[in-house]
Amino acid sequence: MIALLIRDLRQATRAGGGFGLALAFFLIVTVLVPFGVGPESAVLARIAPGVLWVGALLACLLSLDRIFALDFEDGSLDLLATAPIPMEAVVVIKALAHWLVTGVPLTLAAPALGVLLNLPQGGYGWLVLTLALGTPALSMIGTFGAALTVGLKRGGLLLSLLVLPLYVPTLIFGAEALTRGLASLDNATPLLMLAGITFGVIAILPFAAAAAIRINLR
Amino acid sequence: MMPDLGKYALEVSAAYGASILLLLSLVLMSWTKGRKVRHQLRELEKRRAKRD
Amino acid sequence: MSLWEYANPKKFMQTSQVLLPYFAVLAAVCLVIGLVWGFFFTTDDYRQGATVKIIYLHVPAAMMAINAWVMMLITSLVWLVRRHHVSALAAKAAAPIGLVMTLIALITGAVWGQPMWGTWWVWDPRLTSFLILFLFYLGYIALWEAVENPDTAADLTSILCLVGSVFALLSRYAVNFWNQGLHQGASLSLDEETNVHNEYYLPLLFCIAGFVLLFVALVLLRTRTEIRSRRIQAIMARERLG
Repeated sequence: MIALLIRDLRQATRAGGGFGLALAFFLIVTVLVPFGVGPESAVLARIAPGVLWVGALLACLLSLDRIFALDFEDGSLDLLATAPIPMEAVVVIKALAHWLVTGVPLTLAAPALGVLLNLPQGGYGWLVLTLALGTPALSMIGTFGAALTVGLKRGGLLLSLLVLPLYVPTLIFGAEALTRGLASLDNATPLLMLAGITFGVIAILPFAAAAAIRINLR
Repeated sequence: MMPDLGKYALEVSAAYGASILLLLSLVLMSWTKGRKVRHQLRELEKRRAKRD
Repeated sequence: MSLWEYANPKKFMQTSQVLLPYFAVLAAVCLVIGLVWGFFFTTDDYRQGATVKIIYLHVPAAMMAINAWVMMLITSLVWLVRRHHVSALAAKAAAPIGLVMTLIALITGAVWGQPMWGTWWVWDPRLTSFLILFLFYLGYIALWEAVENPDTAADLTSILCLVGSVFALLSRYAVNFWNQGLHQGASLSLDEETNVHNEYYLPLLFCIAGFVLLFVALVLLRTRTEIRSRRIQAIMARERLG
């Protein structure tokens, strides 16, 4: 299993593997927003939490179709299906690899982008915390979506259509926790809900995703 | 015959119009598709019966 | 005699052929009675004016939008557990109907909201949940269309329906938490005191019955179509082989 994780990470960081693409996308989105809404600091500070969360979410979405596509094309997914490790574990490893390659860099880069958007002081801790709690759920849900569309020729667009509605609760609680944290309000409920969604998703979705892959490989 | 809808005439008739249009198009689409498939299947079975 | 007999496509075709006209006629009768009664013969509400008449479309459509998803959830489960093709095809047949119902609920709601709240759209929990439900329907239908093998498509969409149901509930809660709404609470319940006034109640019941019957008739019709097109596909495949 660790070998699989290392292999996935190596594939992603290799040239053309898409590593850094999500980060660049995140950067561009946050740079474009002030052009769209104007450079007023107060406005930017007001919308910064939402923009950062939506940007991170879209950046996550970008690399989802690669999770299984390469393995499906060269047949290694069939090999993994017959391997002694259960498909559920493969799914978890894939999601973990996706999170390490996109979620973690996004979380770490977010404070720097927060400066660009005039995120108020004291919000940086909450920003990192909510993203760190929320991005694993994004990766796991995305892996489920990728498992559903793995056999399709043009699955990319369909994948976005399937996954985006599933992202709604994570986005709401994540952005809400961040906004409340910024306003020094009590944000324990959204934080707990965010963590609950992440853990619940990690507990349940591997089974659904593994079932989808088995169906697609049939 | 038309009831007096007061100042909301436009809204109410728009809601009714749009909904009935949507429902009718759904029914019509389901029906025509059903008819097409039914005829197609009948042709196919006739062809098969002739050949056997 | 058990329900599972209708899992046999042939039996289903025979029975549904008999039942379909009754449901269609009953649906038409109920809808005409309810809508004509509601549109022409009810007085205006003292606060909402004539816009109260939109209720006869808005409430039944919203109910059916949710019920259609529940029905898809149940038939998907039946397909996953017992592998009855009719069940999977019924789920496929119901999805576009649910989509249209959601659309009607959204449109009539927007038209109603404009004069009442002064805006076409607010990010109110109920409205937002329905928008999300609309997206779920779109994704579900798109997945059916995208997968070529019908059994694979049935399996994948069933899984999506199960997972989607969980997330739909979660979204409902999340949206509630996110924004308190303008939308009034449920105006129909078995508890008589909170009901809408009797004058509006009776035609509304007819409309709801009409929408339910229309839904059943359409599901029967569309499932029959799906079964036939599956049969066409099977015959074509056999001819190509033979």
